[in-house]
Order: sequence, then C-alpha cells, then structure tokens
Amino acid sequence: MPQTGLKVSVMDSTPVTTAFVEIDKVRLRYLEGDGLALEQTSMTIAKGEFIAVVGPSGCGKSTLLKLVSGLIRPTEGKVRVDRQEVAGPLKIVGMAFQNPTLLPWRTTLDNVLLPLEIVQPHRSNLRRQRKAFEEKAMALLSSVGLAGCEKKFPWELSGGMQQRASLCRALIHEPDLMMLDEPFAALDAFTREELWDVLQGLWMTRRFTVLLVTHDLREAAYLADTIYVMSKRPGRILVRYDNVLPRPRNQEMTFRQDFGDLVHELKGHIRTVRAA
Amino acid sequence: MSRSRFNAVHHAPWVASVGLFVIWELGVRVSGMPEYILPSPSAALAAAWTFREAIWMHAEQTMITTLGGFLIAVIFGVILGAAVGSSRIIYSALNPILIGFNSVPKIAVVPILVMWFGIGGIPAVLTAFLISFFPIVANVATGLATLEPELQDVLRSLGASRLDILRKVGFPRSLPYFFTSLKVAVTLAFVGSVMSETVAANVGMGYLMMSASSKFNVPLVFAGLLVIAVMGIVMYGIFSLLENRWTKWAVRGARSA
Repeated sequence: MPQTGLKVSVMDSTPVTTAFVEIDKVRLRYLEGDGLALEQTSMTIAKGEFIAVVGPSGCGKSTLLKLVSGLIRPTEGKVRVDRQEVAGPLKIVGMAFQNPTLLPWRTTLDNVLLPLEIVQPHRSNLRRQRKAFEEKAMALLSSVGLAGCEKKFPWELSGGMQQRASLCRALIHEPDLMMLDEPFAALDAFTREELWDVLQGLWMTRRFTVLLVTHDLREAAYLADTIYVMSKRPGRILVRYDNVLPRPRNQEMTFRQDFGDLVHELKGHIRTVRAA
Repeated sequence: MSRSRFNAVHHAPWVASVGLFVIWELGVRVSGMPEYILPSPSAALAAAWTFREAIWMHAEQTMITTLGGFLIAVIFGVILGAAVGSSRIIYSALNPILIGFNSVPKIAVVPILVMWFGIGGIPAVLTAFLISFFPIVANVATGLATLEPELQDVLRSLGASRLDILRKVGFPRSLPYFFTSLKVAVTLAFVGSVMSETVAANVGMGYLMMSASSKFNVPLVFAGLLVIAVMGIVMYGIFSLLENRWTKWAVRGARSA
C-alpha cells in the first residue's frame, strides 16, 4: 500500500475500548430465502466519533444505518448502543436523508420543532416551554445560515436550504446519534461543500456521534474521523481508514497532497470492489 | 401569469357556459325541433320560472337528502379510508369487497332500500351515501398509504407511535386527497339522491322530473336538470374554496406559476 501520511489499518485490528455503537458479527437477510444484504459485519464507533461508510451502490450502507437505529433487526449477531442491545427504534437518533422530507404544510420553524412534539420529555413540556423551544430552533436555524427563513414554507426554500432545515430537524432534540444517509447527494457541488462546513461546525460544537453513508469519497475524506469501505452486495467491511487530517478542515485542504492521496486510495478500493 | 392571461382564464368558464346555451338555443330555433323532444334553454328557463315554487320545494328536499347522504359518506369514508390506508391487512381484506360493492349499479339497490325503508327520503339519503363514499375511502387510503418511507423512518426513530405518525403526518398529508374526493363525492351524491327520487319518492327533483315527463312537460324536465346541475356546481365550488383555503400548500404550483 502506498504511503500517504495517513494511518491505514485493515479491519479487525485495534478494538475501540470506549465503544458507543457496537456492531457485533451482524448478518442481515431481508426475507427468508433472499440472499444476504449484509455479510458478517463488525464495527465499533466511539462516542463523539464521526464515521463515514463508502461503497458501491446497493452494498447495504443504508441497511447499516437502519440496523443501528433499530428500524430493522439483524438476522444474526448483535447491535449495541451505549451498551444496550438495540431491540426497537432508538429514541436518541436524528436522521437526515438525500430527500429533505420536510412537511410542506408546516413552516420551516414548525418542521424543525417536529421532533420535540414526539420525543419525551420535550413532548410533555411542549405547551409550557413552547417559547424556549422556538428560540432554540431559531438559534439552530441561524447557526446553519437560515436566519429569517423560519416563517417560510419548505417549498419557498432552495434545495440546499431545505437540507439545512432537515439537518436542524435532525438535531433539535439533541440526539446522541446522527444518521446521515447521503444527505447532500442531490445538491450542486458548491452547495454541497458549503454544507460540509455547516455539518462540521455543528459536529465540532456538539460532538454527537455520526454515521454518514455516502458515495462521495471527497465528502468522506473531508468530514469523517474514520472511513469504512464496503464491498459489493452482500456488503461487508473491507478496509478501515483513520483519517488524520487536522480539524477544522477547510476547503483549501481539499487541494493538499495528503487529502488527494486519501481520496485516490479510497477510489482505488472502490474500483477493485466494483470490478470484483 | 400575465394579467390578460389571468382574465382569460377567469372568464373562460362563463364564456363556455353561455356559449353552450347560445348554440343550444340557436340549434333548436333553426332546426325547428319540437318542444316535446328538445326544448330550447329559454323554454326551460321559462318553465323554471312558472313552476318556481314547486321547484324550490323539491330542490330543497333533494339538497337535504343529498347532503345527508354525503355527510354519512364523509364520516364513514374517512373512518374506513383511515383503516384501509394504515393497515396492509385491512387493505387486502377489504379491497375486493369494496371494488365489488363499487361495481354494483346503485340503481339496482334502490328497490331493496324501498323494501326495507319504504318510499321517500330515507332510500334517497342512503343511495346518495352508497354512491358517494367510495371515492372518499379510496382517496383517504391513498393519501395515508403513500407516505414516504424515509419520513416514517424519521418519525419512528424519534419513538413516534402509529397514532403519532397518523396525526402529525398521515392526516395532514392526505388532506388534499380528501378534498379532491369531496368534490367528486358531492356531485355523485346528487346522482344517487335524484336517482332514488326518480324511482321511489313523492318529493324531490327526481320525482318532479319523473312526473313532469309523464305529463309531457319536457321544458320542466330540462328545467329540473338545470337546477340539479347548478346545485352540483355550487357544492363543488364550495368544496373547491375550502380546499384552496386549507390545503394551499398542495396547490401552490397552480398559484405561483
């Protein structure tokens, strides 16, 4: 393997001691008789870590997110979050997808407040603390550059602004875990890179644990502490990279040699995987 | 939209309707069509004026039976639609029955209703109900069943119950579907009540037209048809207005274009 100045380690090397998310020899088959969607997969994520999973399309990356958030159960193996086995949908998760999925009949502010109408204990306090919640949502919106948009409806916002609002909705209840399923894939390149910085900023101030699934190798290299490369379906983890690029990362860094080499190497893996 | 385009769109329905009557009137006059086959619109309007008190009384009855049947259809349709739309088991269990039921001509059901409830308003109300609930069920169910899976994942991962998902997303999201179905259902309800009154009633627009045609008062029959059409258009318009008011977010394309 070429020297890139980045620590490169193959899977099953050092176990993380302070695991927040543990995926332990998990296999998944959606339906009896179907092929495996996910081949035996193990992974540990430390609290506050930002990991990215890259791989060819259909390799089970999104499946991995659903497993961790408890929306589906593994066929074999165990998923543990905060030392508890995941048995049903977790309530400490924030999610954002490629499609912003904002509710068109609600204003941006009301969209962001939606999780507080569902998650306890906020839900019971909603009526009493409405004002405080609204202020919190406004602060969050302005931290992603959406100040002044709170009364607008989602369809009055651009795609990038909708995705910002979607990130706010995923964060308003201060989840410990953030699941991002190609959140920026539908945006133009400039907006996408702007949102990398928005996400990095939010993460650096709040330090939630992030699982980011993406096709975009530069995105993974820009944002993640750890990058996992997955194989074709049935997906399994092939390589793990510790991304040692310093924080906070900025657009200038993407032109540096070490950044380029990392992306190049990831690309090499994906090419091998796709050809296999 | 430019101002002149807007005016054209605004005036088009009036121009088309008046145009239809003008062509009808001219056609009847030029061809010398006898009144007992096709009366001119002016003859129909004259008949409407002559029999205005009778028409008012019968129209009132038809309006009440129609709205009664429609109201039952809305309540029943929303409940059944919610059940069908939110559970795959209920959907697959009831789907064939609903389709079968909807295929039965409701005119064939009227004699049964008359056997059960006698001649009069009740069969008319029930026929209006039976003919108009299906589109409400189908639309409410569609609105609920086509919820984006990602949105459901977002809510479920927050710990939302099925009821939460229904209240926060399902119902608001199916509101435009619901209003579309109301517009269809209210016009169908007129079909049902008038049909039943034609066969089995002593009062109502259906009865009025039936008795008029038995006396060869064809202009009055056409006057009756026009009155029913106007009632249908008015009800449709009312639900259209409510739709615009309550589900503006869903018709934004037409507004902002």
